[in-house]
Amino acid sequence: MRATLNVAVAVGWRMLHNNFTTPSLLIPGLAFPLFFFTAFAGGLSRVNDIPGFQFPVGYTAFQFVFVLLQSAAFAGVFTGFGIVRDFESGFIRRLMLAAPDRRGILLGYALGALGRWSFTAIVLTAVALAAGMEVGGNGVDLFALYALAVIVNACGLFWSAGIAMRLRTLQAAPLMQLPIFLCLFFAPVFVPLGLLANWLQFLAHLNPVTLLLEAGRSLIAGTPTHVTYAFGAAFCLAALFFVWAVRGLRKAEAAGS
Amino acid sequence: MSLAAQVLSLARRSVIRTIRQPANWITPLIFPLALMAVNTGGLDRATDLPGFPSDSFLAFFLAFPFIQGALFATVNAGVDLARDIQTGFLNRLSLTPMRGAALLFGHLGGVIVMGFAQAVWYLTVGLLVGVSIASGALGALVIFLLAVLIVLAFGSFGALAALRTGSTEAVHSLFPVFFVFLFISSMNLPRNLIETDWFRIAASLNPVSYLIEAIRSLIIVGWDPEALALGFGTAILLAIIGLTLSSLSLRSRMART
Repeated sequence: MRATLNVAVAVGWRMLHNNFTTPSLLIPGLAFPLFFFTAFAGGLSRVNDIPGFQFPVGYTAFQFVFVLLQSAAFAGVFTGFGIVRDFESGFIRRLMLAAPDRRGILLGYALGALGRWSFTAIVLTAVALAAGMEVGGNGVDLFALYALAVIVNACGLFWSAGIAMRLRTLQAAPLMQLPIFLCLFFAPVFVPLGLLANWLQFLAHLNPVTLLLEAGRSLIAGTPTHVTYAFGAAFCLAALFFVWAVRGLRKAEAAGS
Repeated sequence: MSLAAQVLSLARRSVIRTIRQPANWITPLIFPLALMAVNTGGLDRATDLPGFPSDSFLAFFLAFPFIQGALFATVNAGVDLARDIQTGFLNRLSLTPMRGAALLFGHLGGVIVMGFAQAVWYLTVGLLVGVSIASGALGALVIFLLAVLIVLAFGSFGALAALRTGSTEAVHSLFPVFFVFLFISSMNLPRNLIETDWFRIAASLNPVSYLIEAIRSLIIVGWDPEALALGFGTAILLAIIGLTLSSLSLRSRMART
């Protein structure tokens, strides 16, 4: 266990060091969520006036939750790109030889993804509050919101790590991000579920991201609903993608990478 | 070989090259329409806002794919030109009697062909899903003309980036910048319905808003001389600036080689 943790901490530290010392890695991960938040919360604030749209703490908070979860998922995906780069540079080959427990490598990448997202989340929250976002939830509600985002971050990382470890090429990048992008956008992004067009409402009902979004929005509004279901769904997805990632790790080992 | 023959020859090469890279033409055909579907599904009820200029959000939003498709075509073409520089094709070409203007216009000719094909595709899909063009068949022709002008304008900036940097990565990195211009515009709501002051000002200063509004006016309003004058004027101005700067960059690039 100690050996696993040692590997995890070393890999996580390396990921964070690379991220924070390489502007081309740091800036997109930070800029895109801020940009989406600005474009959606700023450009669409009148959507709040659509008949039937009722969100007690305003449209900025409504969009903040979406962008927070999106940034969490994509911090995981961008870390997956880093895993591929490590395969392409041959770093993982050396790492696998050196690591006593290779699951520590996966855990290390997860720590890296979490550290990366934490920075984005702090900046995003500061910008949202500076932009006048109202918060209805108490400390416990907000803790639950960020905890939910942490699990989403793990889901994004484990999904992309599974792809990265199976395909081991940057050409797999669209495969890492497109399904997550589609899941995020086939959900109630701009308006609540009930105001979506029928076909999108149907898809959103089947999409677990809807549950996470609605729970997250209820938490920031201070009226928690479906939170247990949302955490249940998030944990199930994380467990599923963890198994996917571990099996990917085994395939990479078998391939001699 | 006359200048026209040189331009035709290079335009043909540019088109064939794009056709041989399916990702370069499938993405601009599919992705803007997918985003249109998601936004339309999510913001359909925005038509209930007082003052919204159309009772169909799909018709309102149909202008968006034309602009996003132009961005894709531009970046892909810029990348191809940068690759020509990286692989030394431009160096070899500069040893032939080929004129610089032929290189630039041949390259842009290929982009225009792709832009026109995309415009036909977007309008066809729009008509198939029930959008009617308020300005009629003549308006559709004007939409194609404006779409081609927009592709020429954006394409000249893609060429400028390629000629200035000679790097495919640098041209790729332009895409997010273009994307910012697209999102901070009146693409989702008319400017008079944008509630946030700074966003409305930014959208009013953004030339992309006028390009979108000109195409949109032909679809949902009919013949709106002001919107058309602003749209065509913006596209022509951008094209002149882009072509002038690209020509200057090409001259120094050819001189260096």
